[in-house]
Formats: sequence, C-alpha cells, structure tokens
Amino acid sequence: MQPNPQQLGVLKATLFALCLVPLAQLGWLAWTDGLGANPIEFITRHLGTWTLNFLLIMLAVTPLRHITGWHWLIRLRRLLGLYAFFYALLHFLTYLWLDQFFDWAAIVKDIAERPFITAGFTAFVLLIPLAATSNAAMVKRLGGRRWTQLHRSVYAIAIIGVIHYWWLVKKDITLPLLYAVILGALLGFRAYRLSRERQRQLQAYSRPR
Amino acid sequence: MLIKRPDDIAPSEITPRELFEQRRAFIKAAGALALAAGLPAEAWAREAFPNLQKSAYSTLEPPNSFRDITTYNNFVEFGFGGKSQPAERAGAMKTRPWTVSIEGLVQKPRTFAIEDVFRIAPLEERIYRLRCVEGWSMVIPWVGFPLNALLKQIEPLGSAKFVEFITHMEPATMPGLRQPFLDWPYTEGLRLDEALHPLTLIAIGLYGEELPNQNGAPLRLVVPWKYGFKSGKSIVKIRLTDKEPKTTWNLAQPEEYGFYANVNPDVDHPRWSQEKERRIGEFFKRKTLPFNGYADQVAQLYAGIDLRKYY
Repeated sequence: MQPNPQQLGVLKATLFALCLVPLAQLGWLAWTDGLGANPIEFITRHLGTWTLNFLLIMLAVTPLRHITGWHWLIRLRRLLGLYAFFYALLHFLTYLWLDQFFDWAAIVKDIAERPFITAGFTAFVLLIPLAATSNAAMVKRLGGRRWTQLHRSVYAIAIIGVIHYWWLVKKDITLPLLYAVILGALLGFRAYRLSRERQRQLQAYSRPR
Repeated sequence: MLIKRPDDIAPSEITPRELFEQRRAFIKAAGALALAAGLPAEAWAREAFPNLQKSAYSTLEPPNSFRDITTYNNFVEFGFGGKSQPAERAGAMKTRPWTVSIEGLVQKPRTFAIEDVFRIAPLEERIYRLRCVEGWSMVIPWVGFPLNALLKQIEPLGSAKFVEFITHMEPATMPGLRQPFLDWPYTEGLRLDEALHPLTLIAIGLYGEELPNQNGAPLRLVVPWKYGFKSGKSIVKIRLTDKEPKTTWNLAQPEEYGFYANVNPDVDHPRWSQEKERRIGEFFKRKTLPFNGYADQVAQLYAGIDLRKYY
C-alpha cells in the first residue's frame, strides 16, 4: 500500500481534522452544559490526557511503519507531534489562566515544590524546541544528524509526561500504569530493533572474509 | 434599537394553574398507588423531611445546586475513576432494610433500625461548607442531627476516647471494593470530644429530602472543619474505643492523610497546596480558612497541639 501524493494530501487533511475532535468535544460539552460541576478540572484533565495520547500515537508511527512496511506513515508523524505540542500548550494555558488565573507567586511555588507539576512543566518546556524545529527549513539548518539527536528527547519527554500523570493521581494508578505499559512497549520495540541491528553489524564485521 | 426581547413563550402557552395542580394531584395519586402496589418508596420518590429546624450553625453562603452536590462525588466504593461515577453507579445500592449498630466501650450497646435513627432527635437543616482534600469546596444544605444525640442514647463509658465509623460493603454494587488500593471497609474515626462537638452531624438528607445514595445514604457523618474524606458515608457500625482507630486513607498514605485532617491552609498536602480552594461554581479560587471557617467553634479542641505534626 503506497498512496500517491494526492491521496497522501487527502489523508493528511483528514488526519488534521480528526486531531481537532478532542478540542471540538470540549467546545460541544461547554455548549451543552456537559463539563460537569468542576469544568476547569474537566478541561485540564481532558487536554492533559490528549497530550499523552498524541505523544503515544506519534511514538507508535515508527513501530507501525516497521511492522506493516508502510513507510509513508512517517509523513504523518510531524502532524501528530505538532498536535501533541498543541494540546500540551492548551493544557498549560488552562493551568495558567483558568486554574491559577496568572497567580505567578502560586505558579512558581507549584513548579518549584510540587513534583508532579515540576515534571509536567519540564516536559512542556522540552517540547518547545521540538515544535520550533519541526519544519523542513530547520531540519536543513540543523543538519539531519543534529536534528535527529535533538528530537530523540521526545522519548524522555513522553516518560516525564507519564510520570507527571502517575504522580498526580490520588491512589488508583490503573490509567497511568496503562500509559506506562504502552510507552514501555513503544520504546522497547526501538531498543529491541537497535540491539538486533548492533548484533547484525557485529556479526557482519567479525565474519571472516 | 430594540432593547426589549420578545417573550419566548406566548401567554396562551403557559399552563393554567388549575391544570398543573390537577397534574400534581395525579402524580401524587400515582405515587400512592405505587406505594400501595408494594413498590419500595425509593422507586418513585425520596422521603421528604418537612418542618426542619433552622440552625445557628448554618452558613449564610449560597448553597451549591442539587445537581452539583449529587453528581460530583468521591465515594470510592463506586469507583476511583471520576467524580461522576458514584452518581452513575450508587443507585443500585440497597439502603433498606438498614441497621446501625453501636458497640464497644458503651453502657448500652444497641442496633438501631434506620427508621429509629431518623427519630432520635429533631431534624435540622445545617448548611455547611465542605472542603475536599483535593482542593475544591461546596456549600451543602444537610438534613440531620448532632452525633452527640445518638451517642447519648448508648452512654459512652468513661474509658472511651475515640469513635470509629465503619461503612457499608456491598460487593455486588460496589466495584471499588475489588480494587486493591484501600483496605475495606472504609473506616473513619474521631476523638470522642470531636464526636461530641455540636457541629458534628449525622446527615440523613440534603435539600430537605433523603440523601441520594451517592451522597452516603441512608446516613453519613459530616465533620465540617475536616477534609471531606473524614466524613464517612453509608455507615453501618459505630464503635467506641480507647485507642486511635486505624482510618482508611491514613493507612493507605500516612504521609499524605493524617488522622486529624483538619482543614488547614498552612499545612500543604505533600503533592499540592492547601492555601486556596475552588468553590464549585466559582471561577476564581478563594483562600482556604483554618478549620474551614469553623475555627471559632472548634479551635479550642486543639489548643496546645502542633497542627503541623498532627495534620
């Protein structure tokens, strides 16, 4: 399966629209009075959850590509990554504006003293350079290797993101655990392939010629 | 410029009084019929408590809506997964027949039928603030009577120092009981002097009606100067002891949830600040008050106690 450029364009446009559904859902719930008794909490959770979802979906592209052989999937990855940043930004702004209402003293204290907020803030800050260097011009300017190195930090970001979630729940860790397991599988797939590749190279090298 | 908006409803469309009163009579008759047919009362309407006494302990702050109070709950037996789960799931809990046994260091141990509990003391409306340890608050018009009226009936012995509250377990309707995160049954406790304080309430209703299940039917504890988790729901047993009872959240995470759990803006939860709270229905956070605003009534209970140590 190999879509032609036109089909890929349609696919991208569809995906672009699809990624807006979680945001539209908030709009709809706000309109129909469906955000519950604590709308700010609901919005914050919803946006945070979708940030993690997009990070995991984006990290699933490479394994999926190798398993299915659909290498064109890589063409959708930037879109997913930028949406992860988009939802992270909305999540952060919700915290700054709706939750804390720009109470800077409280915000600084939160970031400094609350481990789960420190983690979330760190992950968000680390996402900024990745979003800023996502276009083709920046790839060229940085050079492919440096760009790749920089963008590997997304593995750490996803891990910190899941820790952020883990540390904020009161007692029931079922959902954070689920995210951790999926993330572990996605990163484990890469580690496995990398070690196999090393082995192959090592064997190729040590083979008598 | 047209300033007056045209009315949405034409006068002709408004139901005349005679007609809607007839309808009400019909609904009442239908209710009576349902009763006569042997349906449980809860199936069609909750018991209403008329002629409630007003209380000087009530706050003048506006109460939250019935909808907010009954759809945004922590009742972990019905799930840890979201504040709407108790409202979705608790309806299946059986609250009749129900008994409450009081035992331990008492002169007259006794098991009360819930109907008798309802008659122990004149029922009052108590409009209390509720502050959750998670950082939100509400104002709730409870129906109930002081716990000390109940304790008077069984006459605590001189050796009794603490009161333990043990809550209902109904595995068929409570999926939370299958989760390993807490030790069940959910158990709470107070010092005897806290339990005897006139603010400490046994609530059996809210907004003039019997408690909805998700709010802890048919009876629960309400200790308004402590974080909400101290106020156990759907209580089945009260035990007087000479040792500090082991309480559920304290057992689960002692560094986060103390036995006392008095609302205190100066002692943060290890993971979040307790300085402020969001009153449900309000946009701006408000400052949290020591003892949830009940310091004048209860601060003397803790004179000389280091509230940072005994959080």
